[in-house]
Amino acid sequence: MNEQTASTRATGHPTRWAPLVKRAPAGGMAPNLRDYDQACAEFSWDQARGWLDGLPGGRGLNIAHEAIDRHAAGGNGHRVALRWMSRNGAGRDFTYDDLRKLTNRFANVLCRLGIGQGDVVATLAGRIPCLYIAALGALKNRSVYAPLYSAFGPDPIVSRMTIARARVLVTTDVLYHRKVASIREQMPALEHVLLVRETAAPLPPATWDCNALLDAASDEFTIPPTDPQDLALLHFTSGTTGQPKGAMHVHEAVVAHYATARFALDCQPGDRFWCTADPGWVTGTSYGIIAPLTHGLTMIVDEADFEAERWYRIIRDERVTIWYTAPTAIRMLMKAGTPLARQHDLRSLRFLGSVGEPLDPEGVVWGVDAFDHPFHDNWWQTETGGIMIANFASMDIRPGSMGRPLPGVVAAIVRPAADGGVEAIDEPGVQGELALRPGWPSMFRGYLGDEERYRNCFAGGYYLTGDLARRDPDGYYWFVGRADDVIKSSGHLIGPFEVESALLEHEAVAGAGVIGKPDPVAGEIVKAFVTLKPGFAPDEAVRRSIQAHARTRLGAVVAPKEVAFVASLPLTRSGKIMRRLLKARELGWPEGDTSTLEPS
Amino acid sequence: MTRDEIRTAVLHALTSVAPEIDPQRLDPDSVFRQAYDLDSMDVLNFMIALHASLDVDVPESDYVKLASLNSAVDYLAGRLTS
Repeated sequence: MNEQTASTRATGHPTRWAPLVKRAPAGGMAPNLRDYDQACAEFSWDQARGWLDGLPGGRGLNIAHEAIDRHAAGGNGHRVALRWMSRNGAGRDFTYDDLRKLTNRFANVLCRLGIGQGDVVATLAGRIPCLYIAALGALKNRSVYAPLYSAFGPDPIVSRMTIARARVLVTTDVLYHRKVASIREQMPALEHVLLVRETAAPLPPATWDCNALLDAASDEFTIPPTDPQDLALLHFTSGTTGQPKGAMHVHEAVVAHYATARFALDCQPGDRFWCTADPGWVTGTSYGIIAPLTHGLTMIVDEADFEAERWYRIIRDERVTIWYTAPTAIRMLMKAGTPLARQHDLRSLRFLGSVGEPLDPEGVVWGVDAFDHPFHDNWWQTETGGIMIANFASMDIRPGSMGRPLPGVVAAIVRPAADGGVEAIDEPGVQGELALRPGWPSMFRGYLGDEERYRNCFAGGYYLTGDLARRDPDGYYWFVGRADDVIKSSGHLIGPFEVESALLEHEAVAGAGVIGKPDPVAGEIVKAFVTLKPGFAPDEAVRRSIQAHARTRLGAVVAPKEVAFVASLPLTRSGKIMRRLLKARELGWPEGDTSTLEPS
Repeated sequence: MTRDEIRTAVLHALTSVAPEIDPQRLDPDSVFRQAYDLDSMDVLNFMIALHASLDVDVPESDYVKLASLNSAVDYLAGRLTS
């Protein structure tokens, strides 16, 4: 084994799984964070600010400068920043100098189009090179970058574009025809559509050819003065009710992206870093673009979707050292079997991380069986912008735990207090809501256009995460569940209201309630309970029609995987759907225990 | 089992997972995942549905060989005759 990791699957341990004891690597690389307590005692966010350069001449702090320009200017322009693999397996390298010039071009394109500071530039694209160029070019221009997941259907795209009031959308001609053209009129703020052309079809009306614009633009651009508190990123997430929430992040977030990648993912010079998350979600931006580049690493990007053997080939051929992935993928790799992993030479790997939802202890330990390294689970969310709680390279892993708070992060388990606020629960082992003391740089600065929902996230001097957890006597945190009805499927947060709204658009549907149903691979899958309008029979044809409608409107990742017909939906006196009760019935839980959870 | 029968079974499995797909308009060489934004759960459910109707257990490492209608029919025809 590369790393001395003992895995004894003892029974009788409170969690059934014995800790994976880390020993100092013999002759290997020492991790960045060697002593947890010492690191926490010595660390400050001011110190972390000093790890970055800032814009030349003291003109502020810009994410794109830290990610690209400082490396290109610092003698590392020839190093490969982005190693990109197309679906058909062809590779293409972009050096730091290539990225510097291309993102300069993109910033100049935005200037030419009259797009400036604070204007929102959205992308709707798979993992193509132009996505990365647009993201970082927009940041150079001090525009706000808003990624949209390319598998979204038209409904989630319209709602997010409307909240963002994006003036620019970068997408492909294929996605434009399939998803955007028919809804473009519903997005009046959208002025410019830049298309990356993947087919030979003529350019549709009222769109730009993205590559032609880039080719015509200068590759020199000076990043204007950027206040660390200037808005930089807009990431969408979901709540139980209402529209999606656009979490706003500022340029200063890069301090946390850098520091957390150093501590929790152990980024070191020369690492070859593969974050498998799509940039349409926050992980794929914070750790699939910004963090590895600010560390000057080579970041691996695969355009294709998950496929076990392909992934192993990539790790082997690209000599990946740090691999940051998600529980659903790990479970699918486990299904594909340990021998498949062992058929490949994966000894380049040094650190394995997982995020998106809690990784089962089986998955943590399977990492040792298949790769000689455990998966290090960590926890954060769209609002926190970066990793907050983690299992560190140097620290014993408690399989199933999210680990301990990062240096600079103060976490607590809280419960409602008599004064209407919250109070920290000091005794260990007690379940409550996971809460964080605000103050880290990648803390979200608000939900765009929704001040009240932002305010409701705070009480008693804490940011309330909406996750229920407990802390063991040694300070490790354990995820218990969501405090609200938000569904976590394959690591993505899905708001039940958004799904229910789409279901109600179907001619046969009178009422809809949506829950997360536990699933061995996805964690949870979206399940819908619907009541039908008179004249519609609860038969297979109607079920398929409803599912087809939901998938077309929402996209496969958001639409329900199961639709069940019910005679009535449980409602509170005020008419809200009691999703908890639906879930209790689905899972055979006692209903009396849960019905009281839904305030009426 | 004839290729036509296999083809029917594949389309049935596919539309049971993704009923929005119109078999009449499906390009037999298009890659399902990309053309219809299937997610990995859909792919998994597609394989489960195929297994139920054809009694063929497709190992994970072969999923890629069933990426389009034509390639799936080729693969399954080979599996069912061998």
